Amino acid sequence: MSLPDTLAAGLAGPAAPVSGQPRRLPRWPAGRLTAFALGALSLLASLLLWHALATSRAHLGFITFAHVPPPSEVLEAGIELLSSPKLSLHVGHSLARIGAGYLSAALAGVGLGLLIGRFRWAARALLPPLEVLRPIPAVAWIPLAILMFPSTEVSMMFITFTGAIFPILLNTIHGVEAVDPRLVASARSLGTRGPRLFAEVILPSAAPGIFTGLSIGMGTCWFCLVSAEMISGQFGIGYYTWESYTLQNYAGIVVGMLFIGAFGMASSALVRWLGHFATPWYRLQEKKA
Amino acid sequence: MTTVVHLRGRVDIQHLDIEFGQGTSRFKAVSDVSLAASTGEFICLLGPSGCGKSTVLGALAGHIVPSAGRLLLDGEAINGPHPDRGLVFQQHTLFPWKSVLDNVAFGLKMQGVPGPERTWRARELIELVGLKGFERHYPSQLSGGMQQRVEIARVLINQPRVLLMDEPFGALDAQTRLKMQQLLLDVWARIRTTVLFVTHDIDEALFLADRILVMSARPGRIIDDIRVPFDRPRDARLTTTHSFNTLKRRCLELLHPDSGQPTLDRLSPLGDATATLPALSMSDTRFAI
Repeated sequence: MSLPDTLAAGLAGPAAPVSGQPRRLPRWPAGRLTAFALGALSLLASLLLWHALATSRAHLGFITFAHVPPPSEVLEAGIELLSSPKLSLHVGHSLARIGAGYLSAALAGVGLGLLIGRFRWAARALLPPLEVLRPIPAVAWIPLAILMFPSTEVSMMFITFTGAIFPILLNTIHGVEAVDPRLVASARSLGTRGPRLFAEVILPSAAPGIFTGLSIGMGTCWFCLVSAEMISGQFGIGYYTWESYTLQNYAGIVVGMLFIGAFGMASSALVRWLGHFATPWYRLQEKKA
Repeated sequence: MTTVVHLRGRVDIQHLDIEFGQGTSRFKAVSDVSLAASTGEFICLLGPSGCGKSTVLGALAGHIVPSAGRLLLDGEAINGPHPDRGLVFQQHTLFPWKSVLDNVAFGLKMQGVPGPERTWRARELIELVGLKGFERHYPSQLSGGMQQRVEIARVLINQPRVLLMDEPFGALDAQTRLKMQQLLLDVWARIRTTVLFVTHDIDEALFLADRILVMSARPGRIIDDIRVPFDRPRDARLTTTHSFNTLKRRCLELLHPDSGQPTLDRLSPLGDATATLPALSMSDTRFAI
């Protein structure tokens, strides 16, 4: 598989400012198998380098590998976590927080985005406070969130919500503003009125942009969750990672990191997959363009 | 399918003025246009690019509010878009997320017609415009000519009293355009609705119309009203006859007076599009924290 294919597989909104032409890489002569072998080889080399640095406790002045666990220890710790009842507890808590924070961000982001993108009065009334809040990273909300919400659980959900809502909101606004006014005019001429215009024209037309936002939002959501859990958690994958550090279970740190990466990737893939199936016409247009 | 004769569809335009723009950039697009179209009449508005003929159509469709004058359909004042007045644009405005069938059935869906009835009525029209077998295709999978066929079917399903066509074949290649003109006449022979057809192509106007209203350059005024006496049904041989060429010469003289006037930008039947774009302050959409 060549690089442009992988790029094209990602879901991007029509209005999203994607960087120009995908770069054509020179083709590797023997095709996919060699490319796969090359990738595997590179991964293996990285593992070996990690192993060498960790087992030799390399000390390179500004960076030290003295406390970095080697891959074998990480694997052991990973297997141990997989077979322990703690895993489902940690994962369950993290997923519940992601689920609540992300879903409410998706609802609020798409809902507000449709209003703001479509109605000038909504943009005038709602944009200024959002503009003020937008540059504040969700992580900066953590202390205030702890003060505001009596339940730590809810405060962490709030952080994930804050992390996810802006990419979703902005991409929805952009998607709605990019709706072809001729489509709206046609729909009106064909007898579409009021809320049906949203359901039949605005929402489907903005859908590719909305899914771009949902996909980006899923990434930021995990980022914020892990930060929040490290500071105020009792369970959760982020908490597990931080706890491993405080308990000097250094292999656990890397296991936690890998789990966070895997879950983040899987949930983003899930959103992209949903977008793929919700907008089948969009793939056809992309192929044509 | 039996021939449907609408006893309605009388269009009256009285002293229509339309102005666009603000302050010093304000200009008159249409000046004192009056016309009367009787039931089932095929009228072509012929004029140079930018003369305001599309603007007249947009006003009839209800997308542009006139500055002065009256617009009547069967004696009732026109107020906003309505399925009684079907509008076909130069570039199709099919919903890219709907199949051909669902696009054509859209007007019926808006009327609340139940699903099975929508389907058979849409199939009937799809067959009428020669697209049987393409019901499940998306618009992006069709050629330009086929897209315009779907567009025409989608408008006709509402049984409009008047069909407003804004250079509907202007973007097609010459061969396809001739085919589409023939198709339109065939369809119109069976569904006899009043047609107002905007074009700057003299041959097209002469081939299609009962009457040609010739418009001057901006501000658009009607400078001649030509009866086209040719028998129907018409076919391509008509365009080589002596009487056809005599009328063509008359149109040419009207459209190309000796003064070297500059060509103007095409106006949209949706009015001054640049003035309606909302300002976007939150412009960078693809950000992560």
